[in-house]
Amino acid sequence: MISHPIASIIGILIVALSLSAFLIWVERRLLALWQDRYGPNRVGPFGLLQVLADMIKIFTKEDWIPPFADKPVFVIAPAIIMVTVLMSFAVLPVAPGIIVSDLNIGLLFFLGMSSLGVYSIVLAGWASGNKYSLLGGLRAAAQMISYEVFMGLSLMGVVLLAGTFNLTRIVEAQRGLWYVVPQFLGFVLFLIAGVAEARRLPFDLPEAEAELVAGFHSEYSGMKFGMFFVGEYLGITLISSMIAVLFLGGWNGPWLPPLAWFLIKVFAFLCFFILLRASLPRLRFDQLMSLGWKVMFPLALANLLVTGAIVLAKK
Amino acid sequence: MLSVIRTIWNVFLHSFRRRVTIQYPDEKPYLTPRTRGRIILSRDPDGGERCVACHLCSAVCPVDCIALQATEDENGRRYPEFFRINFSRCIFCGLCEDACPTYAIQLTPDFEMSEHNRQNLVYEKQDLLISGPGKYTGYNFWRVSGVQIEGKDKGEAENEAPPTDVYRLTP
Ligand code: SF4
Ligand code: SF4
Repeated sequence: MISHPIASIIGILIVALSLSAFLIWVERRLLALWQDRYGPNRVGPFGLLQVLADMIKIFTKEDWIPPFADKPVFVIAPAIIMVTVLMSFAVLPVAPGIIVSDLNIGLLFFLGMSSLGVYSIVLAGWASGNKYSLLGGLRAAAQMISYEVFMGLSLMGVVLLAGTFNLTRIVEAQRGLWYVVPQFLGFVLFLIAGVAEARRLPFDLPEAEAELVAGFHSEYSGMKFGMFFVGEYLGITLISSMIAVLFLGGWNGPWLPPLAWFLIKVFAFLCFFILLRASLPRLRFDQLMSLGWKVMFPLALANLLVTGAIVLAKK
Repeated sequence: MLSVIRTIWNVFLHSFRRRVTIQYPDEKPYLTPRTRGRIILSRDPDGGERCVACHLCSAVCPVDCIALQATEDENGRRYPEFFRINFSRCIFCGLCEDACPTYAIQLTPDFEMSEHNRQNLVYEKQDLLISGPGKYTGYNFWRVSGVQIEGKDKGEAENEAPPTDVYRLTP
């Protein structure tokens, strides 16, 4: 087992980045499968090299900064999302011993980092100097505020049961029973909040290519656009990993090695995210807000209350 | 809420459906014989050129991409001296085929005509003329129209207009 932190850092970085690049191919193939098409299957075996071809294309594209943009902020915005998402991977327990930093407050660190990620979107929308981008940024801000709240609340049930914020210990506490069973409501709520957090359909309102050109990244091109793109896929990978860690027992599972179990669970949720995109239409903005505040938020609170009462009664 | 889950499930079931894509260069789609593609000039069953250089096709062509020059052989039979179709302008509407009185000009199901050089899309008569009758076998314009047979002169059959007097200008 790798246990040296530097080895873990490099390993997780390489795997996370190549996985999110590979995800672009997976998404296109799976979307095609569910729409009775083939998707990219020409470049290389099964079209696997399509990602490489797209990479070369995006690297050689002109990297243009519009004259009306706020230049420093415009340049820094795409970096923020990459940094915050990659930072969150630091507290992710992949397998016993494979973790960059076994923080005591790992869960809080993850929540904090994912909230910081919103700055990337809001600043990108603001600095672009374009009304569509600005609308995308505004939507991102409002969406994040309303979804962050019950996202944190839905996780508190897990914290109550495990009695710790440390992600490794949360995984170990699930050795007998995965938290998806006692915390089913929390699981569903976190899944929905995760989709909103990753800005995926049906909650991709900041991007909403049907209404807002491309939302917050309308003005971005070349490598900066590539960073938003990879950042989005990294975000999905992160949320899927978090669901696996918090509700599906992380690396726990019979027969197979821990790493394999973790990857299987993550991949299953990645596919589920893509299935959501293939099947559901985008919500209207007011529907999104009222769903968040009027349905999800009370449900998360009730879940927390009931879990707390049961934990207290058991003591 | 239930409808959302049902939608997701129904979309998931599509994983087991047949894919509708026809992977074109490897797998050719079936095209019916009446598909409007590359144009040819056909010959009658006796091997003679069908086209009588009447200019109807070039007149009806909405994008004016047919050019021809009429001439006559030693028997006074009209035929096109040159016949040129500019396929970079042709919209494959098929009006020329409809207009042609002799079934000479026909559209075929071949559509793979890409060229690197635009000039190569201008087809001359030797590129267009094929050696068979095309879609309409057994039809020979000169056998059925305007011919004199025993007991009937030109223009005397039922529903047949008298021959045009080419020396008068009135229609
Ligand atoms: S198919 Fe239409 S456009 Fe083409 S040559 Fe015939 S009449 Fe002209
Ligand atoms: S191809 Fe047909 S319509 Fe065109 S000139 Fe010849 S006979 Fe007339």
